[in-house]
Amino acid sequence: MKSLAELQAIRDKAKANITLRKENPNAARVYVGMATCGIAAGARPVLNAFTEEIAKRGLQEDIMVTQTGCIGICQYEPVVEVEIPGEEKVTYVKMTPERVARVVNDHLVNRNVVTEFTIGAYT
Amino acid sequence: MYRSNILVCGGTGCTSSNSMKIVEVLKEEIKKNGLEKEVNVTTTGCFGLCALGPIMVVYPEGSFYSMVQVADIPEIVEEHLLKGRIVTRLLYQETVEEDTIKSLNKTAFYAKQKRVALRNCGVIDPEKIDDYIAMDGYAALGKVLTEMTPDEVIQTILDSGLRGRGGAGFPTGLKWKFAAANDADQKYVCCNADEGDPGAFMDRSVLEGDPHAVLEAMAIAGYAIGASKGYIYVRAEYPIAVKRLKIAIDQAHEYGLLGEDIFGTGFDFDIQLRLGAGAFVCGEETSLMTSIEGKRGEPRPRPPFPAVKGLYKKPTILNNVETYANIAQIILKGADWFASMGTEKSKGTKVFALGGKIEHTGLVEVPMGTTLREIVEEIGGGIPNGKKFKAAQTGGPSGGCIPAEHLDIPIDYDNLLAIGSMMGSGGLIVMDETTCMVDIAKFFLEFTVDESCGKCTPCRIGTKRLLEMLDKITKGQGTLEMIDEMEELCYYIKANSLCGLGQTAPNPVLSTLRYFRDEYVAHVVDKKCPAGVCKDLLEFTIDKEKCVGCGLCARNCPANAIAQTDYIAPNKKRAAYAIDASKCVKCGACLDNCRPGAIFKG
Repeated sequence: MKSLAELQAIRDKAKANITLRKENPNAARVYVGMATCGIAAGARPVLNAFTEEIAKRGLQEDIMVTQTGCIGICQYEPVVEVEIPGEEKVTYVKMTPERVARVVNDHLVNRNVVTEFTIGAYT
Repeated sequence: MYRSNILVCGGTGCTSSNSMKIVEVLKEEIKKNGLEKEVNVTTTGCFGLCALGPIMVVYPEGSFYSMVQVADIPEIVEEHLLKGRIVTRLLYQETVEEDTIKSLNKTAFYAKQKRVALRNCGVIDPEKIDDYIAMDGYAALGKVLTEMTPDEVIQTILDSGLRGRGGAGFPTGLKWKFAAANDADQKYVCCNADEGDPGAFMDRSVLEGDPHAVLEAMAIAGYAIGASKGYIYVRAEYPIAVKRLKIAIDQAHEYGLLGEDIFGTGFDFDIQLRLGAGAFVCGEETSLMTSIEGKRGEPRPRPPFPAVKGLYKKPTILNNVETYANIAQIILKGADWFASMGTEKSKGTKVFALGGKIEHTGLVEVPMGTTLREIVEEIGGGIPNGKKFKAAQTGGPSGGCIPAEHLDIPIDYDNLLAIGSMMGSGGLIVMDETTCMVDIAKFFLEFTVDESCGKCTPCRIGTKRLLEMLDKITKGQGTLEMIDEMEELCYYIKANSLCGLGQTAPNPVLSTLRYFRDEYVAHVVDKKCPAGVCKDLLEFTIDKEKCVGCGLCARNCPANAIAQTDYIAPNKKRAAYAIDASKCVKCGACLDNCRPGAIFKG
């Protein structure tokens, strides 16, 4: 270790792994429905796509991705709920890994709900 | 990139209840379910709630699983990790509130705690330097080497008000200042990890959970006083701590955070481990240094103090593990931040190892000035089995007992001294009404008699005589004069012993005499032990009117001291039993097994 910059580089790299070990009450939450119906409809690739997209943008501290059980609308699986503190919960249905990038970019980063993917567009 | 992190406690408590096997099975199950790229398993240091081990926390949900069994793992992996359904049944039940799950930090055990020295324990993997660096590790060392002069470092520590966490509470900055002022071709930085008080495990937990914090602080101290070598004196009975320290030192070398020319500033610092064989006296500073030199661990008179002539007759500073664990935070967050916690003369936080008759046995860190009542009743969860609090013992064999009347005193160095105890390194043993205070004093005296090194007469012979008198009292052979004689001897030992061991050895006797003299008198005058502990003063009797003649007591008696009599009480079908006092070994097995409650002790 010959400089502070070197230490900083190691810290930045290692930090991503650590942030997952703290609870951030102000974090936005992404719930992926992972009951049998969700998994059968392809929820796992969706979940992984969210994790990767968020890591790619370095947003691990602000967005928490977690699983949840069946919420009762099995015909619309994979279902993803996005909850930003202070805002109403938004439910996305029939999610695919390809749709994830838009939800992260438009909704979680720029705060514009992707209406065409929401449950409202399907009922 | 992992989406979930599982932290499993790898402290000594959880390891001994099989947490390493849990890690192994966990990894197997995760692989079986194809989750190895999504879920990361990390072994950490102590979470503090040792009573509920093995402990496992799953993030990002923050689900706190307690008393995890290997057999539970497949269910947790399949339900929680694969399907996202938290296994509520296996969670620490205090975090479960009707339908929702509370954050761990809101439970009674954690809510009042403030973790500074333990900040990384239960968070990082102690065997990975990257984890420590991610938590701003070694940033303080970088800061002092590139931005601060040694004097500024010492001034910051002085301003913070940090006092030695080993027990005596000497201002840390002052110690550094004295050592820095002495010129010498070589100086040393030592770390006292020879934690020997019965029931204390604070330092062990820091070393096991966050070893780099100690290394970093020692390097900072080295820069401040102008030393290039450091020694950690740790007991060989702490194998996990020793192993993690070795790994940490190797990793720090690999990254160039120990060794030569650190951060390109020309500052050299290296640390070596020295394993202690477990002599209590080696926790005393001069004995510790003598032992590092390879000689028999015995104290020497002071002055000269170690800051003038310490290890190898060179200026040396010696600080406790927990003291070091605070240093990097003070450098990074500032002296004012640290001084904002605690009381007027005792700043910051203190780690306590809670043990004895308490629900939540474990490790807690609270701001100085927290009352004993908050620690025992709120954080500790109170006394089990509905028993009453009698006293708390702090400071181990050097400390004293605090009775219920002082439960509301804010804990700091000076308040504890004023009530006849001391902070000590942080062991806190809770006692309930079934504890005999004379017996407790005897227990600690037995310990100091064993551990006295024998170099000076007051300690070697004085403590032995004191123990003999205590022994007589617990056997009902004491006199009232003996109690006065004992008190006089206590002050004599305190005044004349060479080192801290002897100077504090009589404290358990003095403090129990001060608050529980009536118990001593009961032993001497009434020949009774009010708590029913001292066997020679006990007598077990069967109330023949209540005895139903079932014979359970006789069958459980290991000494065949119970036999049936001819007497049949009115309304009873079988003859009553009776105890032959001459054969009775006073084990209490009859009492524990008597269903009608016909057996009494007293």
